[in-house]
Amino acid sequence: MLNVIRSIRDGLAKTRKNIADKIGSLVLGEKIDETFLDELEVALISSDVGAQTTSLVLADLKERFKRDELGSPDQVRARLKTLLAEILASKTEGLKVTTTPFVILMVGVNGTGKTTTIGKLANRLNKDGKKVMLAAADTFRAAASEQLSIWGDRNDVPVIKHQEGADPGAVVFDAISAAKARNVDVLIVDTAGRLHTKSNLMDELKKVRRIIARELPGAPQETLLVLDATTGQNALSQARTFNESIGITGIVLTKLDGTPKGGMVFAITRELAIPVKFIGIGEGIDDLREFQAQEFIDALL
Amino acid sequence: MFDALTGKLETVFKKLRGRGVLKEEDVKEALREVRLVLLEADVNFKVVKEFIAKVQERSVGKEILTSLTPGQQVIKIVHEELMSLLGGTQSKLHLSPNPPTIIMMVGLQGSGKTTTSGKLARNFKKDGRKVLLVPADTRRPAAIEQLKTLAKQVGVDAFVSESSDPVAICRDAKAHAERSLFDVVILDTAGRLQIDEPLMDELRQIKASVKPSEVLFVADAMTGQEAVNIAEKFNADIGFDGVVLTKMDGDARGGAALSVKAVTGKPVKLVGMGEKLDALEPFFPDRMASRILGMGDVLTLIEKAQETVSREEAEKLAKKLRKNDFNLEDFRDQLRQVKKMGSLESIIGMIPGLNKQKMADVDMQQGEKELKRVEAIINSMTARERANHTLINGSRRARIARGSGTQVQDVNRLLKQFVEMQKMMKMMKGGKMKNLGRMMGGRMPF
Repeated sequence: MLNVIRSIRDGLAKTRKNIADKIGSLVLGEKIDETFLDELEVALISSDVGAQTTSLVLADLKERFKRDELGSPDQVRARLKTLLAEILASKTEGLKVTTTPFVILMVGVNGTGKTTTIGKLANRLNKDGKKVMLAAADTFRAAASEQLSIWGDRNDVPVIKHQEGADPGAVVFDAISAAKARNVDVLIVDTAGRLHTKSNLMDELKKVRRIIARELPGAPQETLLVLDATTGQNALSQARTFNESIGITGIVLTKLDGTPKGGMVFAITRELAIPVKFIGIGEGIDDLREFQAQEFIDALL
Repeated sequence: MFDALTGKLETVFKKLRGRGVLKEEDVKEALREVRLVLLEADVNFKVVKEFIAKVQERSVGKEILTSLTPGQQVIKIVHEELMSLLGGTQSKLHLSPNPPTIIMMVGLQGSGKTTTSGKLARNFKKDGRKVLLVPADTRRPAAIEQLKTLAKQVGVDAFVSESSDPVAICRDAKAHAERSLFDVVILDTAGRLQIDEPLMDELRQIKASVKPSEVLFVADAMTGQEAVNIAEKFNADIGFDGVVLTKMDGDARGGAALSVKAVTGKPVKLVGMGEKLDALEPFFPDRMASRILGMGDVLTLIEKAQETVSREEAEKLAKKLRKNDFNLEDFRDQLRQVKKMGSLESIIGMIPGLNKQKMADVDMQQGEKELKRVEAIINSMTARERANHTLINGSRRARIARGSGTQVQDVNRLLKQFVEMQKMMKMMKGGKMKNLGRMMGGRMPF
């Protein structure tokens, strides 16, 4: 467990440094005033927390500052932590396989790390003793199904795939039949990355979801949106549109090992109340962790 | 793309436009808004700060007070500064005087290096060059497979190597390209985090070993504040010559474009506008700045029209117009040319005064469908019918409707509008090509 905290802390070290530097500089004689709050604003914004969430947080801090409740950097830090925790509060939950076959639909824009996340997720579930199957419904990108197959081999789990350019709906149809026939516990469906602004591609995704629901009532039990942690404010737009189209049950925040960011999850949980379920902190098969709000914030501040 | 930013700046400057005399406070207020807008657009906060300071310095004072229309003056200054921040002039790829030109792609995972490599290969091939695509990503599963597939789609060679060492692969590829007289070699390297020292070192070794004429840093247009640090590190460690901004067809405001240029001084050279292999466009800082300020992107539109409407076709059409024998066949050619220019949405995005917010209630998808339907109707006609629409009687109409999967009413409507269009063409007999655009855009019968 210590390792986990350490790797997340390492991953978030830069964010922490950034904000902590701002708060820490107070100790060196600066006092808490408008300039300080402006600096804090910059610190939050530079972590991609977003202008709106930042102004919300700052309004609270300013209010308390006026009421003389915040005299020291430590008090500011504590209050900030509480505020951020409140935003994420009760919006984190793990992934519980409640029925079989349990279908997880993975969606997101191009290049966020859907296929890699599936590889890691399959490994996790495998270790929990679940029988996993993967469906290569990304029939668009060149060699996407080969990429998924390699992850399938690494995890020793079957991959249902069609040819490139095939109908993704047909892939999921086959995958569900296969999952039922082979008593699979968890079926993870990989979909093609798509920009949320392309309505024809979003329609295709709706169709995939419809087919899953039709073939297996109650499925998909989880629809996970994979977000690249280096993404800025556009992440909110992505979450909003994917959620409207197919309903998102959770977020996977990837590439958190290279970036100090991820601040946009505050805006997303605040507006859409979608929990962050996992974070990706590396390219290794084990580099997928369950998201812990407190840990995330502790690492942040 | 920059629509939201444009919209907000427009609101800000509406206030300025309406006033005769401009005070320092007004400028400050407008710039405060501009600052927020830029921050929300993911422009790095440091870059924003410098930008605002510059604009403020230039706006407040003589320049603005002596101006007759102070609001416009501020817009002009913001526009100019934005333009210089974006890179001033358009930058092209360096081509080596001694082929092969070696282009090396670097960037984070998922930024779109492999797709961009495929698109670049297609562009060079279109220019008649012999291209070699080199998959040097030995880490991501099936990355090599992906590039090989793209090479096949584009119709260029992919370098096949048994080696698992990216440096050796690139070196061998260069030797092979020299022997086999390739014009352009594109090295697709593995995505990596800027903090991954061993991998950054690998890139340094590749660069030292093959000495590329162009190192392109591929950046996702959706990148947030971190864009600055990523770009700075890649530039400091490896050194790149230009930037490719990908996924610009989404709704990200693309503040990263401003940030990267500002901190590295390296220009954005190309822009990825979609997943298809032809969706790679040059980056024009001046147009982009205009676009941000709501002046539209007319030049790109004109250029697209030029590229798609070939000279001969245009001359043929002009001749037909003069002779008054514009028929359904010609009309179909025009439809196809419009289609070649891209989606309706992207065309409309380039027309000034028509921003996406205002066009929100116009269903583009529907428009595209209509275009397709119109083409289907014309396709269902015989060559004789296309040459002379007066032949088309009731039973022919019914047959055309069946053939195109439409209703007779649709056919009727198309024909009626076509006749109107013909009349209009008669009126502007002898009209020059400059009117073609207006006709294509404004008088489409659907």
